Formats: sequence, C-alpha cells, structure tokens
Amino acid sequence: MEELKVAEETRVVGQAVPRLDAEAKVKGEARYADDLAFPGMLYGKAIRSPVPHARIKRLDLSKVAAHPGVACVVSPADIPGENVVPVIYRDMPLLAAEVVRYVGEPVALLAAETREAAYRAAELAEVEYEELPAVFDPLEAVKSDAPQVAVPEAAETGNVFNHMVIRKGDVARGFAEADEIVEGEYRVGYQEHVYIEPQGVIAVPEAGGMAIYGTLQCPFYVQNAVAAVLGLPLSKVRVVQTATGGGFGGKEDVPSQLAAMAAVLAWKSRRPVKVVYDREEDIATTSKRHPAVIRYRTGAKRDGRLVAVEVEFYYNAGAYQTLSSAVLWRGLIHAAGPYRIPNVKVDGYSVATNTVPCGAFRGFGSPQVIFAHESQMDELAVRLGMDPLELRERNALRVGDRTATDQLLEESVGLMDAIERARELSGWERLRREAEEFNRREPFRRRGIGVSTVMYGVGMGAKAPLLDKAGAYVKVEADGSVTVAVGNTEMGQGALTVLAQIAAEALGVRVEDVQLAPVDTSRVPDSGPTVASRTTTVAGAAVLDAARKIRARIEAAAREVLGADAVEIADSKVWPAGGDSGRAVPLSEVTRWMWVHNWDMGATGWAQGAPVDWDPETGLGKAYFVYAYACHIAEVEVDLLTGEAKVRRFWAVHDSGKIVNPALARGQVAGGVAQGIGYTLMEYLPSLEGRIEGTLMTYRIPTAPDMPEELVIDFVEAPYSDGPYGAKGIGEVPLMASHAAVANAISHAVGARLTEYPALPERVFALARNKTHPR
Amino acid sequence: MLKIYFELNGEPMYVEIKPGEMLLDLLRRLGMKSVKEGCRTGECGACTVLLDGKPVRSCLTFAAKIKGHRVTTLEGLGSPANPHPLQEAFLETGAVQCGFCTPGMILVAYDLLSRNPDPTPEEVREAITGNLCRCTGYVKIVEAVLLAAKRRREGVWR
Repeated sequence: MEELKVAEETRVVGQAVPRLDAEAKVKGEARYADDLAFPGMLYGKAIRSPVPHARIKRLDLSKVAAHPGVACVVSPADIPGENVVPVIYRDMPLLAAEVVRYVGEPVALLAAETREAAYRAAELAEVEYEELPAVFDPLEAVKSDAPQVAVPEAAETGNVFNHMVIRKGDVARGFAEADEIVEGEYRVGYQEHVYIEPQGVIAVPEAGGMAIYGTLQCPFYVQNAVAAVLGLPLSKVRVVQTATGGGFGGKEDVPSQLAAMAAVLAWKSRRPVKVVYDREEDIATTSKRHPAVIRYRTGAKRDGRLVAVEVEFYYNAGAYQTLSSAVLWRGLIHAAGPYRIPNVKVDGYSVATNTVPCGAFRGFGSPQVIFAHESQMDELAVRLGMDPLELRERNALRVGDRTATDQLLEESVGLMDAIERARELSGWERLRREAEEFNRREPFRRRGIGVSTVMYGVGMGAKAPLLDKAGAYVKVEADGSVTVAVGNTEMGQGALTVLAQIAAEALGVRVEDVQLAPVDTSRVPDSGPTVASRTTTVAGAAVLDAARKIRARIEAAAREVLGADAVEIADSKVWPAGGDSGRAVPLSEVTRWMWVHNWDMGATGWAQGAPVDWDPETGLGKAYFVYAYACHIAEVEVDLLTGEAKVRRFWAVHDSGKIVNPALARGQVAGGVAQGIGYTLMEYLPSLEGRIEGTLMTYRIPTAPDMPEELVIDFVEAPYSDGPYGAKGIGEVPLMASHAAVANAISHAVGARLTEYPALPERVFALARNKTHPR
Repeated sequence: MLKIYFELNGEPMYVEIKPGEMLLDLLRRLGMKSVKEGCRTGECGACTVLLDGKPVRSCLTFAAKIKGHRVTTLEGLGSPANPHPLQEAFLETGAVQCGFCTPGMILVAYDLLSRNPDPTPEEVREAITGNLCRCTGYVKIVEAVLLAAKRRREGVWR
C-alpha cells in the first residue's frame, strides 16, 4: 500500500460514461464491412492450396475466367507491385508463385459479379502440384533432417524462425540452493479468435490510388501492405475503418492480406471489390493463438522463496513469420511470471511448420507460458505444503524489485494489493475449506479453488519501440464542441469513449461534447497499431498533449472575454478563478470569440512510450515502460462421472493504474474471463496434417450458461506517472490471468495436474481417474 | 423467379426471391443490415429475426418459407426517435461492445420477455444460449435483459 500515489482529482476520467458508439449499435445502424456496397462492386475470392507443401507446376485459370459472371482473375504475375504481405518480415507472398507452404495458402484470385459466382468459379482453377515432404509439429521441424519450410532469409537456422533467450544469474547454482524443485511439460493447442464479425474489406479505386474500407485494428499496417502490392506511394492509399465486430488480435495483421487481395483485384478490374470471408474460410486460413510445447523447472527454498526457473518453449508459428517473432518475445519476457527470481534461464523458439501462420491473440504469446508458470507455482505449493496464494505473496514483485530481465520496477506495482483484494473478496481460506468439505461429502463431484497471478508489459516494448508512438489532433469548434482525430481503432473494447473522456477531462468540457473522427488514414494522425493494450496509455497521452495546448488557448481567450487574471473551466463552462461560478459563461461564448478573432482552434499532440532498452544476447534490460498486474481466483466443479468442469464463481482483481471508465473496464474483464474459460475448458481446434476444418458447431466458445453464476470484478489502482491520469493498459490482461486460475482449480479439484489445454471432459475424466494426464 | 408476399416490420412486401435464397440474404438485400452473417450454419445467432414473433435463424430459413408471414428485424423494434426499452436497457447497462451480436441478442430477449415477464438470471442465460458474444462474457447482456424486464413489468413498454 505504501507506494500508492494519490491520483489527481478528475471529473470525467474515472466515470462510467456510456459508450459513444453504443447508440448506433443498439439501433442496428452501425455499418460493418459487409454492410457497405459500392456501384459496380465485385466479389473477390482466393483460390487456395489444398496441400500443405508443394511446388506449383502449372496454374491455369482459363476455366475460372470463362465462368459466367467472372470479371477478373489474378495470378502472381498480375500483381503490379511486390508480391508480399509485409508484416515484420517480408517472407509471406500475397500469392504463392512457386511453392505453397500450408493448406489454404492463396495461389490466385478472382472477382465475380456475385458471391455465388465467385464461389463456383474458384472451384474451376486447374493447379498442378508436385507435393513435397511436409512437417507439422514444431519438435519435428527443428530436427536437422526435417523438410525446409521457412523461407531461409526469414529464419535464424533451418526452421527456427527465432530463438530468444534470457540469461539472468546462474540457474545451476540456483537449483543447487533449492530445497524443492518441480518440473513439468505443458501443451496447448490453437485458440481461434471467433470475433463474431468475420474478416472483410472492400477495395475501391480512386484518384490514381486505392481506398480500403474494412473491419480492422491497424489501418496503417493495411496502408503499408496495399501500397506494397500496388507499387504505390503510401499517400495514394487511404484506409477507412468500418464498424468492427471484434478483433482480439485477429484483425491486427490479417486484414493486410485481405486488403492486398481486394486491392490487386480492384486495380486490375478498375472496379470496387469486396472480400468477405465466411466463417469456415476465416477459421481455416487466418491467424490463431500459437500451439505450444513448454517445459519448466522451478526451484524454491523451504520458505517458498523462488531461487531459479528454467524454461524451454516451442511455438508452432506456421509457414510464415507474420507476427511470430514479436509473439515469441512477449512469451519470453513473461515466462518467469510476476515473481522475484534471482536465477532465470529461458529459451524460446518459434518454429516454421507447414501449417497456417499463427499470429496475434489477446495476450500475444503470454497465455501459453502463464499456464505453465502458474501450474508450476501450484505444484511447488503442494510440494512445500504451502497455501498457493501465500506462495505467490512471498514472491510477488513489489516496487524496488527486479524482473526476470533485471528491470528495476520503480513505480506502479499493484500486484500485492491485487492479491490481497482477491483474497478478501473471495474469502480464500473459507473457499478452500468449503471445497474440501464438499469433496469429502460428495461421491461423484469435486470442487477446486485455483489462483493465478500475472504481469503484463504494456505497449510494444523493447521489441518494437518504433511503433510505440501516437499522434492526435484536437480541434475545438466555434460552438464549444470538440473533434478528436486519432489513428487508433474501436473494435468493441471502448477506445473511442476512453479517448473522449481524456480529451473532455483535459479541456474541461462535457464528454457528450466530444466527437471522435472516423478513422481514415488520410485524415487522422498515425497513432501506431491498436494492439498491446496500448491505446489508453499511449494514444491517451497524445490526446492529452493536444488537448492541453488547446486548453491553454481557451484559457487565454477566456481571460480576455471575462476580464479576469485567471479562469477555471469545467462542464463546458468558464468562470473567473477563485469561485464566483455565478459569473460562469458557457464555453461556447469563449470559443465563438476565438473563432471571430481568427484564433487557431486546432492542435496536434504527440506521445511515445518512455524509453526501453533490451539486450538480445543476455535477454536483460528494461523490456517495457510499465506493467499491469492481476490476480484471479476460480471455483470449479468437476463431475467425476462425465469429466465435465464448470466454473461456479470467479474473482478478478486488476491493477491497470487509473481506470478511466470503470464500466468499460469491467466489460473488458468479463469478456477476457470468458475467453480464458473457453481456452481452458472447451476451445478445441484439431489439425490433421495441417488441415483445419472448423465451424462454430465444432469449435465451441463459451455461451451464457458457461459463465460463472458469480463474477466479481474489482480494481486496485497503482497509477503510472507517464500514463494519462495514471492509466496503464487493461485489454489483454483478463484473458491472461483467467485461464490458469481455472486450470489450477481443476487440478485442485481432481488432485492431479492438468498439463494440456483444453480440459475436455474426456481428458478431465481420465485425469481424475488415472491421476496422470493423457496425451 | 418467385414473387412472395410477406410483412416486414409491419409493412406489406411483394418481392422477387431467388431460387434457394435464404431469408438472411433476402433481408440484407432489402436493406435490413442489422441482420448479421456470423457463420451461416445456425450456430452464432447473429442473424436472428422474429418470424411471427418467434426467433429464427435467418441463415437457415428459406426465403420462400416466409410467404404470408410476419418478419421483424431490429429495424422494426424501435424507431431512431423512439427506441424500444430493450434497446435503451442495452445502451444504459453497457451491454454493447463490438455490437455485432447485439441485434440478435435484443430480438431473442424480446421473445423471452413476451413469454416470461419476470425471468431469473438463469432463465436469461438459458434464453440467449444460442447467441454467441465474444466481447462481454454475457454479464451485462443478462443485466440489460433483467433491467428491461423490470421496466416492462412497471409498464414502461410500448
């Protein structure tokens, strides 16, 4: 508690302001990608590889082109610019020209007058493949005799795209000092985003360039990708975000691929082209959370102090790099958990296989290692005969501690407060006791209580500091209303509303007087990608920077209007400083005066994350400018006769610094908890030789009855001095913390360690019966 | 080409339908863009509309089947100037995040409240079990339906 600073007094920030975008959505007036149509619009479709690894011997599109309604076909030779989907590397072609590396890889494109014609024509392509040996498992793909999947220029060695390390202290000495050592191997499969709105874009030729409309998180990525495939300057490509029906990372880099496809078709046909995936195509061919194999060894002293952790983990990256190097890096940095550990050795590998490229998904490479480190903590607690919550308290990071990368935490560490609050809210001791009593009483049901604590590095971190910037433009109108332009996107998380609140707070206006401009790359500043739980912190700081400039001008004008030495502004009213709000005038009188006297009403703002610095040789350094923390507790009941597990009650406590909008933050937490419950219990997407055939019938996500009857959400606020009003990020954290609490509760319930997600009934049944995990 | 009569949001319609056309595509073609396509296999519930007051999956319903029937979409529930209490409850409780599931959720809730004016939270969860939401964890959606139910019982209902 001692290090918590008192946050500054706020009027709008901290209020549960209703979402600015909700009204259009409840009335059915919000327009998503597939709701838009343009005159003469065609429907684009990719022709995809049915095999996982092959050389293309022949590509004949003549029957496709001859099909009634087909207006345009595109082979690699028709791409006017570079045949690439640029993400971090440039190894992924838009259309495979010589070699296909995964089932579903696009080899050609077509556009037709109707969606039906496009589907039928896509079946008519004649492509001759000479199949090559393929590899699907990352542990097989790293062997020296494995088929070469990775494009050599994009890989460190063979199929190892990237190998990253942390070397802190001396793990051999650490383990020698340990009184107890636990070891484990953990496995997780894919997790699919299931944003309810599938991927979709429309490319519209305009003024010698291209406009793109689409459901997307990162308009500036899309702009870059379309400019590359068309060979155009960035200024000739304009990207407009439509209402976006969920992203969760799935609309970070994938829209670049769709937009590039639509753009190439639109460029050749000179007509607008829509590319919207159906659910099957979306599940089969777009990014997902990386499957992983994770090995841990953790050592502790008898009193619970952690002395060493050694980690080796493999992420199945798929056939191309896309975002895997960044995903791997976040996994690496988060591998040791939110604990004080003097000796740390981590080796992370992202490995190329003949499978669909994996990418960003809420948590971005951290949930996999969190499952492992939180399982290890519970194993240790059992071994030490210690309460698992107490074990975490003894090791939890505090201000003044150093992280696994030897980063000194100088401020804003609310982990201990989060743990204490979660302990209190859940009645931890009583809960555990009641579960034990229940289990003694009940023959065929078992209850378990699990906890998970996590830290989350806010923003892009030292892997990509060049993207941790944000621009903003704030303009006060003559009538006192305010327009804010930012390049970050609303996808359901509430960014628009939070940014409006920050502008309103800084300017002293009512939040309903603030309007966010539609995101159009030709009209909003580059604010970097809308990822990494960074929008509130970084874009919020940019809005604050611009708003403060305008505020200074409004105050100067108000002094003139009111004839006062100093003024106060709040709720869109202005009055002389030092009281007498009876003399208050509407802000519009001041802004009208500014307009009449030809004052500059607009200002740009700029922000970048505080400096970070990290050494890839040792893996040490200041990885992120600040961290968010959480402690989640789950109560789970397992039916021993069926193996079904149900989360009964759940407690989620977060430190994300100052909470700008508690209602929106609660929404984020509840949604993240749901996705975490899904990850642990049911979300199962098997792949056979690189083929993924999933529908929402076979890939189950939580429905309303799958949620706990009681979900308690609370916040402890350890403000961050560089964040707007002390705010840190929240978006990804609830998913990261929730799944491991559920996993630990299952293990507690059945008295055996769950080591693989998802905990399908047959797996839990076997685990409870055999006390070992089936593989 | 087949021409059919039906009633859409209280207005009589006489329209041509294509062979094999699904109700989802017909309604979207007629401008009812609140009817969303999320899966086309009847699993997500985003395309839910009311057929004679009962929720159906428009992606699994042949357009030809609605001949002579009443179809209600979210556009027909309230008007921009006079939103339905369910719409207001969704707005006030923050039950909307990305909004893509919202039209289907509201229509299913409408059906629930017309059958059961005083549902328990469990009954609300059960009623919306066929409608997927990936943002909210359903918590505030349940709150919204309970709030609307309360107002309906208190007589604040058109």
